[in-house]
Amino acid sequence: MTDALSVTSANELRGILHGLPGVDQVGVEARAARLGTRSIKNEAKARAIDLAISMVDLTTLEGSDTPGKVRAMCTKAVRTAPGAPTVAAVCVYPDLVKVAVDELRGSGVGVASVATAFPSGRAPLAVKLEDTRQAVADGASEIDMVIDRGAFLSGDLVKVHDEIVAVKEACGDAHLKVILETGELATYDNVLRASWLAMLAGADFIKTSTGKIQPAATMPVVLLMLQAVRDFRERHGRMVGVKPAGGIRTTKDAVKLLVQVNEVAGPDWLDPHWFRIGASSLLNDLLMQREKFATGVYSGPDYFTLD
Amino acid sequence: MSDELFEYAPAPESRSVVRIEDSYGLFIDGEFVSAKQTFPTIDPATEEVLAEVSEAGAEEVDLAVDAARTAFERVWGPMPGRERAKYLYRIARIIQERSRELAVLESIDNGKPIRETRDFDLPQVAAHFFHYAGWADKLEHAGYGTTPIGVAGQIIPWNFPLLMLAWKIAPALACGNTVVLKPAETTPLTALAFAEICRQADLPPGVVNIVTGGPETGRLLVEHPGVDKIAFTGSTEVGRRIARAVAGTGKRLGLELGGKGANIVFDDAPLDQAVEGVVNSIFFNQGQVCCAGSRLLVQESVAEELLTRLKERMATLRVGDPLDKNTDVGAINSAVQLATIGELVASGEAEGAERWSLECELPERGFWFAPTIFTGVAQSHRVAREEIFGPVLSVLTFRTPAEAVEKANNTPYGLSAGVWTEKGSRILSMAQKLRAGVVWANTFNQFDPASPFGGYKESGFGREGGRHGLEAYLAR
Amino acid sequence: MPGKKDTAPERLQVRKTYKLFIGGAFPRSESGRSYVVNDSRGEFLANASHASRKDVRDAVVAARKAFGGWSGRTPYNRGQILYRIAEMLEGRRRQFIAELRDTGLSREDAETEVDAAVDRWVWYAGWADKIAQVAGSVNPVAGPFLNVSTPEPTGVAGVLAPAGTPLLGLVSVLAPAIVTGNTVVVVADSPLVAITFAEVLATSDLPSGVVNILTGPREELAPWMAGHMDVNAIDLAGASEELANACEEAAAGNLKRVLRPSETDWSADPGTARMTALLETKTVWHPIGV
Repeated sequence: MTDALSVTSANELRGILHGLPGVDQVGVEARAARLGTRSIKNEAKARAIDLAISMVDLTTLEGSDTPGKVRAMCTKAVRTAPGAPTVAAVCVYPDLVKVAVDELRGSGVGVASVATAFPSGRAPLAVKLEDTRQAVADGASEIDMVIDRGAFLSGDLVKVHDEIVAVKEACGDAHLKVILETGELATYDNVLRASWLAMLAGADFIKTSTGKIQPAATMPVVLLMLQAVRDFRERHGRMVGVKPAGGIRTTKDAVKLLVQVNEVAGPDWLDPHWFRIGASSLLNDLLMQREKFATGVYSGPDYFTLD
Repeated sequence: MSDELFEYAPAPESRSVVRIEDSYGLFIDGEFVSAKQTFPTIDPATEEVLAEVSEAGAEEVDLAVDAARTAFERVWGPMPGRERAKYLYRIARIIQERSRELAVLESIDNGKPIRETRDFDLPQVAAHFFHYAGWADKLEHAGYGTTPIGVAGQIIPWNFPLLMLAWKIAPALACGNTVVLKPAETTPLTALAFAEICRQADLPPGVVNIVTGGPETGRLLVEHPGVDKIAFTGSTEVGRRIARAVAGTGKRLGLELGGKGANIVFDDAPLDQAVEGVVNSIFFNQGQVCCAGSRLLVQESVAEELLTRLKERMATLRVGDPLDKNTDVGAINSAVQLATIGELVASGEAEGAERWSLECELPERGFWFAPTIFTGVAQSHRVAREEIFGPVLSVLTFRTPAEAVEKANNTPYGLSAGVWTEKGSRILSMAQKLRAGVVWANTFNQFDPASPFGGYKESGFGREGGRHGLEAYLAR
Repeated sequence: MPGKKDTAPERLQVRKTYKLFIGGAFPRSESGRSYVVNDSRGEFLANASHASRKDVRDAVVAARKAFGGWSGRTPYNRGQILYRIAEMLEGRRRQFIAELRDTGLSREDAETEVDAAVDRWVWYAGWADKIAQVAGSVNPVAGPFLNVSTPEPTGVAGVLAPAGTPLLGLVSVLAPAIVTGNTVVVVADSPLVAITFAEVLATSDLPSGVVNILTGPREELAPWMAGHMDVNAIDLAGASEELANACEEAAAGNLKRVLRPSETDWSADPGTARMTALLETKTVWHPIGV
């Protein structure tokens, strides 16, 4: 099964992507900054924090990751805090998928795995596909793939497209998130084009970044991707999710993201099925602010476990 | 859950940062003096009376002009530019220090959202004083001579009370003039707060005089023989009257008047940013902006898409309490202005244009008007020709660039215009042909102290801002 | 050595260590060397850092690193920061007067110099958002083009502060260089005043590396600066005729912009020349057509 729309030629693809309206850098940055001044207070904020927690893809993607660390993270993913929701999923490297799946069985928390030679994406297609199949076979319910930025930047749009289609095929029932690595795409026009390219090729989610490159999930980039999924649904009738990842560390950042989702894509996207936040230290900050609402005093990092 | 979530809870800015007196005097020769007559100033969002303000009559205007004359001749005129500069820098700094207080006060007295007074008005006010402080000791480099004119009589509008004050006072003082300034009848409070700032800055008495009052006070100031220069920002109608009154007196005159700005969107425009620009061009400050893009000229091929997106975007506008940090559109400044808007909107409907207004809950008390667009507007409709000065946009379409230029220029006004297209050469070609003092490309309502601003035709003459803004305050 | 005293004072003064100012920090010279600075009566004041060619090298790296950010700031922001420096300078008025008196100035002359330095700095601060309106232009070319010329900063400038006017001279060469977006490495004339001035800079929101101050013999440091291939301009205000000639020749290596020393009354109106000397003119063409 594939959601890819039939795009037959390089020229057609180029025509679609280059026919997208241009993006004015100054304008989009000003709009993102203005949305950032929205002030959320009291109960609305308390609800926003819980919603944000339920959207977190709790992530560890280090060369030094161990099964022990992943197990600890999975425990935290389920038991965030008394009365608080679980996170949406954990996100790990392929070789640790089994550990996470065992740990999370029956919890409702998904297991996402990066694949396709994350983070650089520099491997032969066959390797990328095998990487994906293995992760799915080990139980991953979501796959976070990276696009071939080199091919994209050199104009080989068909290669990028076909690779996404192939990975989607290899995913089977697992959801596919396509990482654009916007920090390497150089322009906002490219962010918009890459978003459409991924959606046309069948992505279930478009994701900003690997977290290994700066800048990562900046507000203007997320805003553009939200506009893209909104417009894509309008044109093709299919809803695609958005996942900012990388550099989102504070509750303030998370709330700003939710404001953007609400005002740009619309309230339909205010749901863990359609919006995720890839993060690690963010969760503790959310829990700390949550505690502040419960007790009325500011909490400190000593009261939250480091997992 | 999601619906509830973004019922943003009220996030009001604290009023406690500002103290409003029960009554205010005039600021003449460094002192607050009360006049015989007073008038109330109200909060347009609640209609609550904020304070009683003195109304300057002939006697008080005389005193103010005399004080300005004396200060000009004895202190401010002869003072070296570098010392004047330091006074202006001080004022700029105090404005920065007290900016939140002033922003709140402005929002209360004017009705405009705190987001705008906090993020736009006040930073611009301070920046304007900084910019002209830096000119005070560099006049010989500007190319307009170094001789001040004398006493300037300045009359400002209610839409950007403190910012218009800054646009008037900063260049006048930088060039060595002294001023008698009349704030608008409905928004005197920040000007009176500014008077106190002048005292904190130890500005010599008489250099700045603030006379509050209505049209009669304005007339007295304009016709006063002791005034050497009149600077007015406001409606074209009043501007014309002032020009008649000044004719033959030898007084210098600068006018910044009304507008009916055309915002031209081509089919290759960055559409989402264009929508954002249209929203900003007409709903900024409730559309009570002389350079507002009150006519949207959109190329036929994208008209439908643009309007759909515009309405979607407008649905996220939050109308209400000016002091709520999430408010996008605040209160209309006065009952009179609200009536004007209502009358013109009724004419639009009567003349056959199609009206679409944002469905939103408006507070019961106060002066409110929901953001509104008219489609199917013809050039001959009043809503396409007359300045509405409210959150009302008239949408017209065009096929060719030449037609866009023709329609845009087909007005007695000539203050501002906008052009939205990805094509640089087209921007410049449109800019060349548009008869307007400011042309924004792929943006709208941008202001900077370094950038000259002013109109063609009946939008006035003279420029404010930047090096060009000095010309209005230096003797020829 | 300080004058010998028979009894210890009731309270011993805590003295300041004078170091260099590089990249926003106050390091000692890489060379580990220092030299004695005495007051005008020959009494010991401090051991100043004796900068080496490697300190010049480090300072140029710091200046280059700062250039992109500093030149990329809005002119308004640069103006605000320069004005802040004037505020901090005024706040240390007494300290500067005392240090200038140590160099031999009378109280009155010291006061005049500090006041003039503050006013000079304020004057230059105001140029940040004005120089382009005076030095730039729109050029009426004979064709369907918009043609605009704007001034842009040259880059990293090496500066030899003028002699004999420890504060006003320093201010008069630094401000015009940085206000337009250049970053500088300056060899100070009077080490103690210069390092105290560095403390003013360090507490004024000026980004690290925009100004780097070295103390030590200019004859030793200037040639390294003049020959450095990553320095774009050199201001030889404080150089002797002989040193200036040598530096000008070394500067030819990468065609540095050179400001030759000249008879200057540092208290007079400086005009815009020191700013424009460190500016490039960039002209942009753009077609006009539908």
